[in-house]
Formats: sequence, structure tokens, C-alpha cells
Amino acid sequence: MLDRLTSSIDFQGQALSLRAERQRLIASNIANADTPGYVSRDMNFAQALRDATGSQELRVGTTGRLDTTQSGHIAGSGATPGQANLQYSSVSQTSLDNNSVDMDRERASFADNSVKYEATLRFINGNVRTMLEAIKGQS
Amino acid sequence: MSMMNIFSVSGSAVSAQSQRLNVVASNLANADTVAGPDGAAYKARQVTFQTQLMGTMGGDAATAGVTVSNISEDQTPGRRVHDPKHPSADADGYVTYSNVNAVEEMVNMISASRSYQNNVEVMNTAKSLLLKTIQMGN
Repeated sequence: MLDRLTSSIDFQGQALSLRAERQRLIASNIANADTPGYVSRDMNFAQALRDATGSQELRVGTTGRLDTTQSGHIAGSGATPGQANLQYSSVSQTSLDNNSVDMDRERASFADNSVKYEATLRFINGNVRTMLEAIKGQS
Repeated sequence: MSMMNIFSVSGSAVSAQSQRLNVVASNLANADTVAGPDGAAYKARQVTFQTQLMGTMGGDAATAGVTVSNISEDQTPGRRVHDPKHPSADADGYVTYSNVNAVEEMVNMISASRSYQNNVEVMNTAKSLLLKTIQMGN
């Protein structure tokens, strides 16, 4: 019962921490815009979110990932969010110092990610408010 | 709070870029210097940036700041001007000025200041997002 109260917030919480992770990633790219040889990185967000929330489904056993069907199986913890899904972004315009940061794209991703971070935050706040209203009832 | 790391990442970038601006400023200031403290003409300086991993747990690949790895001197020969009356003229009557290229330095300055602004904006955005995160559930 209590589990069901917060399960939707759990999902949004995972999304929020992944958004924070991606924000940090893009900040690193922007910081290294002038570093020779730096290769810009980005995250496959959909895959990362699936991996991060997969640990919940793992318990239910609906996914094909790391189900413990025998007594000798070791329960796998979900993948570390973000880490496994780091990918190198491809170069749109080559530069002489082998730096692959495309500032236009990074700025766009940064703005996009901040808006989505804030949206996720609002979803959480809305969820919390709904729950609190429901708990209070009509008084 | 992985977002807190943004401040150390962007902060390192801002400090590296300000060091680059400092170098550009000293190059521009010495564009017409005839001789430095050692008697030889001033040589233009150039910073080299290097990625610095600064994760909390043993170097997280996602959190990469910047540091100035070294400051090198441009070794191209300086501009020589024939002016026998100049007090620093050599035996042939030539004066050696510094090898600073003012146009290159101005371009460098604009690039540094743009990068600086970008990183400050990143920090501002991260700050406002964190402030909103603190008020979560209100």
C-alpha cells in the first residue's frame, strides 16, 4: 500500500538523478570546449532510464534482465545509472586540435536538459501535492 | 547531489579561462616591448589546457574539469626594425621587438571570454536548478 503511494515518485526520482547526471556531463563538455584532444560525451537517456528503473522490474521479474530463477543465482544490482551508457558524440566539424565539442549542440542540449530537469521536478511536486491532498481528504 | 560537481567542473574551466585571459593581457601589454627583464625581447606566451578528472569516487569519467597544464613561450624570432638611434639597437642598428601577434591575441581574447561566459551561464543554470530542487515537495 505504502509502496504504491510512492512508486510513481520513485520513477521520477530516478529520472531526476539521471537528468542531473546528464547536466554534469554536458557541463564537462562545455568546460572542455578548448581542451586539445577532448572527446565530447553524451548519454543515451532512454537507455539509461530503462536501466536505472529496470532494477524495480527486476524484482517483479518481467524483464529479461538478470532474473534469479534458481537458488544459486546471485541477484544482480541494476546497472550504475549513466556510467554504462556514456557514448562519444560524433564530430560535426573537425578541428585541428582533435577536440570534438560542438558548442552549439552542447548549449542546446544543456538548455533542453535544464527544461526537462525542471519538468521532472514539477512532476514530483505535483505528485506530492496530489498525495498530500488525498491524505488530507475533505476537512 | 551529483549536480554539485558542476560547480567544480565549471569553476575549473572559469579559472583556466581567466588564466588564459591573463596571458593574453600580458602578451598584448608587451606587444611593443623592446627588452624583458633578462635583456632579451619578450616572447609571447601561450597556455595549454588539459582535461582533469574530478569525480568523487576515483575519477568519474563523466566529470571532467580543465586545468592549465603548462604555459609555453613562442620561440619564433621577434620583429626586427632598423633604427640605429634607438638605445637598444644592436651593432647593425637593428632593434628586436617582441614576437606578439596582436591580431592572434585579440582572437584568443574573444575566444577566452566567450568560453568564460558559457561556463558562468552553466553555473547559473545549475544554481537555479539546485535551488528549485531544494524546495522539492513544497
